[in-house]
Amino acid sequence: MTAPRFSLALRLLHWTMAPLLLAMLLIGTGMVTTVSHWHLTLLNLHKPLGLALLVLAVLRLLLRLLSPVPALPSSLPPALRLAAHGSHWLLYGCMLAMPLIGWAMLSAGNFPLPLLAGTTLPPLLPPNVAHYALLRSLHTVLGELFFVLVLGHIIAGLAHALLLRDGVFGAISLRRRRQPDN
Amino acid sequence: MSIPSTGSKPLGRLLPLAAIAATGAALVAAYAYAAGWLSPERLTPASIIASFHADFGQHPGFRRNHAKGMCVAGYFEGNGLATPYSSAAVFEQVRTPVVGRFAVPGGNPAVADTAGPVRSLALQFTQANGEQWRTGMNSTPVFVVNTPQGFYENLQASRPVPGTGKPDPARLQAFFAAHPESNAFRLWVKGHPPTSSFANTRFYSINAFELVDGQGVHHLARWSVLPEANAAPLAPAAASNPNALQDALAERLRAGPLRWHLQLQLAKSGDPGNDATIAWPDDRQVIDAGVLTLESTVAQDDGPCRDINFDPTVLPRGIQVSNDPLLAARSGAYARSYNLRTREQAALHTTPGASR
Repeated sequence: MTAPRFSLALRLLHWTMAPLLLAMLLIGTGMVTTVSHWHLTLLNLHKPLGLALLVLAVLRLLLRLLSPVPALPSSLPPALRLAAHGSHWLLYGCMLAMPLIGWAMLSAGNFPLPLLAGTTLPPLLPPNVAHYALLRSLHTVLGELFFVLVLGHIIAGLAHALLLRDGVFGAISLRRRRQPDN
Repeated sequence: MSIPSTGSKPLGRLLPLAAIAATGAALVAAYAYAAGWLSPERLTPASIIASFHADFGQHPGFRRNHAKGMCVAGYFEGNGLATPYSSAAVFEQVRTPVVGRFAVPGGNPAVADTAGPVRSLALQFTQANGEQWRTGMNSTPVFVVNTPQGFYENLQASRPVPGTGKPDPARLQAFFAAHPESNAFRLWVKGHPPTSSFANTRFYSINAFELVDGQGVHHLARWSVLPEANAAPLAPAAASNPNALQDALAERLRAGPLRWHLQLQLAKSGDPGNDATIAWPDDRQVIDAGVLTLESTVAQDDGPCRDINFDPTVLPRGIQVSNDPLLAARSGAYARSYNLRTREQAALHTTPGASR
């Protein structure tokens, strides 16, 4: 299925999640490297924001799989094509995996889970410190990979928008499309 | 791939390249700032825990502080008297299961129970609605310092000197001189000889917290658990047994359960909530919120308390952290300790014959 650009719903989700995800990665990094009040302030943002991003990621992935998406321009060499597709699916994977690992990790460590509408979330796993240790490390490593992917994604997006001007950025842009891009 | 021309001037390509490079650099800088790479003097959970390693050595699988302890189990029965001040379910007339841990301070899991004057009791209340209240209490009503930086400097000043294996007295003296807020703690310890048992020791929350009532009104408070057992000073003979306190507790619990009364002390306006070195005056209103009953002990090796991080910021609705700066630092440092020791436990448990 192809389309001239991503659906409005997908574009709105992209630009809603983009600043939140970037903030989330910086919040997560900052909250474990300070003992000031920021530790608690950021932690209290991190958990509900993570849950909200999980809901948005599930919705986004469903829309992505069900709606037509634009094809990459034929001018793009095969290596960049592969990088583009690979990094997008890795990004989707991180979006889904990070909050789920966080949730599972808190469950395995027998920590109370964030509140949702007055009740606590159900645990994803029974308490087990070995599982906690593994998931806790994974949360850090995958978070670092996620940041590198986001960094590459932003730079590639800017390159498409400012240098290549091949319509790739226009496909996700929220700007109303006037002329077809160069 | 053909790159469309963006104008005849060379600037036409340079500007976008500069914008892309600047964006990348800004993102990397933001990450570096968040991670603390740009502020090496920032106090981190890792630097606090590294200080414990330097002072006490590394003991894989054990807590980095209060390493030596034993698990207890029991319950708390609220009497409803605290419900006008806090909406936490634990204060209602219900029985809430409790897992606890009696311990002594320091990162050495083989230290003698009576080596220092301070003992601790950590509790985890698990409410029927799944919320938890975790508290780590000490046998002193005030703490030695009132900031994370002060605590870090205290750890540095307490570092054993190679050769003697003891802290440098001059360095400790200099620390106390630079931290006059530590006087209250030292005076209290001087005036209160250690008790003979965990069972007759009173434990204090150290930090202040905010109780929040059903209307959302906050009440600044501290808590303590007051033993029913009569206080008695430690007998000199107990010093010969490194496990004197643990053995006495286990023996006492075999004879029957032990009880403490949970006392909530309410601050008056003007009482500081952000200074753990200042006790509030004795005339402040105290609410007897219910009875803590501890019934059984389990060695910590595989006991139910071993895998609990007694982070004092894990609180049910109806109790919140105050603006005491030590609370965030305790939470951050405990998490670091927990992450390290759970990883070590996972490794130890895959090695046949090894257990902690």
